[in-house]
Amino acid sequence: MSKGRYGVHGGQYIPETLMNEVTRLEKEYDYYKNDPAFNEELDRLLNEYAGRPSLLYYAAKMTEDLGGAKVYLKREDLNHTGSHKINNVLGQCLLAKKMGKTRIVAETGAGQHGVATATAAALMGMECEIFMGKEDTVRQALNVYRMELLGAKVNAVTSGTMTLKDAVNECMQEWTRRVDDTHYCLGSVMGPHPFPMIVRDFQSVISKEARAQILELEGKLPSAVVACVGGGSNAIGAFYNFISDENVELIGCEAAGRGVDTDEHAATIARGSQGVFHGMKSYFCQNEDGQIAPVYSISAGLDYPGIGPEHANLHDLGRAHYVPITDDEAVEAFEYLARTEGIICAIESAHAVAHVKRIAPHRDKSDIIIICLSGRGDKDVAAIARYRGVDVHE
Amino acid sequence: MYMSDIANAFDHGKAFIAFVTAGDPCFEKTVEFVLKMVEAGADLIELGVPFSDPIADGPVIQAANLRAFADGTTTDRVFEMVEEIRKHTDVPLVLLTYLNPVYKYGYEAFMRRGADVGLDGLIVPDLPIEEKAEVGDVAKRYGIDVISLIAPTSNERVKAIASDASGFLYVVSSMGVTGVRSEIETDLGGVMKTIRAVSDVPTAIGFGISTPEQAKQMAQYADGVIVGSAIVKIIARYGEGATPYLVEYVENMKDALR
Repeated sequence: MSKGRYGVHGGQYIPETLMNEVTRLEKEYDYYKNDPAFNEELDRLLNEYAGRPSLLYYAAKMTEDLGGAKVYLKREDLNHTGSHKINNVLGQCLLAKKMGKTRIVAETGAGQHGVATATAAALMGMECEIFMGKEDTVRQALNVYRMELLGAKVNAVTSGTMTLKDAVNECMQEWTRRVDDTHYCLGSVMGPHPFPMIVRDFQSVISKEARAQILELEGKLPSAVVACVGGGSNAIGAFYNFISDENVELIGCEAAGRGVDTDEHAATIARGSQGVFHGMKSYFCQNEDGQIAPVYSISAGLDYPGIGPEHANLHDLGRAHYVPITDDEAVEAFEYLARTEGIICAIESAHAVAHVKRIAPHRDKSDIIIICLSGRGDKDVAAIARYRGVDVHE
Repeated sequence: MYMSDIANAFDHGKAFIAFVTAGDPCFEKTVEFVLKMVEAGADLIELGVPFSDPIADGPVIQAANLRAFADGTTTDRVFEMVEEIRKHTDVPLVLLTYLNPVYKYGYEAFMRRGADVGLDGLIVPDLPIEEKAEVGDVAKRYGIDVISLIAPTSNERVKAIASDASGFLYVVSSMGVTGVRSEIETDLGGVMKTIRAVSDVPTAIGFGISTPEQAKQMAQYADGVIVGSAIVKIIARYGEGATPYLVEYVENMKDALR
């Protein structure tokens, strides 16, 4: 069996054309991750440019209102560009630059990873092209313009379902055409090895900080860490440094869209089955013939038919649990957090808030739950208004 | 161990390998196209199993996949097409499929059914040699060759891929995805020399070949040429009436290779 395995999941199921490039990427990453100069430069970018460490905020009003466990919010929404995506992007773009690449391509769903990539590329003086499903360019028109402001070219993808998975397809194709000068800055813990490892390492700063912060604030570990899961990058980042703390429950919240019993969801663990797609073995929403299913969520960032291989393994092992959250529940949580804590979070992150609303009242007051608030919700305001029947246009 | 019949395709001069997407535009026409192309001189047939997300294919094959889905093509229907074709010809026949439809069908069940209907090989574009064993070991027991690909970027990997090859070696002529190209720039001579040092498995060049001139030029380096998008384009243009155009095209290509 090849490298990059998480239990039976992971691997390198990609065209031969890309094999030498991913092997090279792995070698270069192995070198630079131990290079003090690289780490110093990355730390400086994370702290002075992205605004790390992010706050671990005690949500007192939410805690009081729910009447159970103490709720903390890991504020990735306060990072530069408004989400956790910047953690990975600064790492990968810096690595690409060290590898001599001059051009970055990336897929994006909600636009958060695209905006973060365009930002890092502008900062580092690299050419940047973003691939985004046409459907998503409509849902997130403002983010398209934002990326263009940052100097990136945005390609609207019209193949397949015109969403995130199709953007990944086109991005892989574009990378295949130009591996010489181009790095594919994959935005989640998915794809062929070494991407799930690289992205996880760069995102694990979330749990590294959160673990130290909660020990400092409360003198003990949380009883649960909750994060939303599409491909799973903010979730693995929030889980990683707690995996060996066996008493810390890890909960991923998948997009159930209009419900797991309908055809309109993106609940990979609840409704998917094992398969091989986008370079990895994992769980996917697919039909009995192995055709990848069209998925749906109000959240463009969770609208993906698969899940990263490390999550698939954590699920197999029972170390993490994955729960489906519907559009309705997510929108309600989005509004709840705005009114209760004065925080407008991303509709993706609202999936995690929704689950905590459900479980916190039943937990002991001495319990602590950390929610990874992966992004801010400015981008979602118009869509939520429309969801509520208010005709707001950006 | 059984042997597949793929070697036969390379027995009469340079081989012409024709690709069509199974079920494009319908079951009956795929069977007819294949049989007529064989009569016109095609030495080996590649039948594409339609996939929802063909990451190694350009827009021409992507569109063919959609037409095949519109006709209700499933993995089982593809096997039935092979079964039907086998009633009329013993031409070597391979399926080109992404890994997931095979994985989902079950490797054992897929190979058993493949062997039953007379399948000779499988080309899996998202299965590099690092991952080949999980499929190849099962396929071998059923006498089905898993055909490996060599890319312009393979470099020092060529030796390892060629040493492990069975059936034939699919040499990808250029970077990117499938589709018609005006020029092919890879150092094919060098690649072939490396292959020949370690293996005597036949070689065929594909990706971007459409004209008799290109076929002739590529045949200097390899034992055969593979044409996909150019054929699928004819089907896209003429639909159910494509047969005479396909026959004419294949005859011209085969002539150029003689």
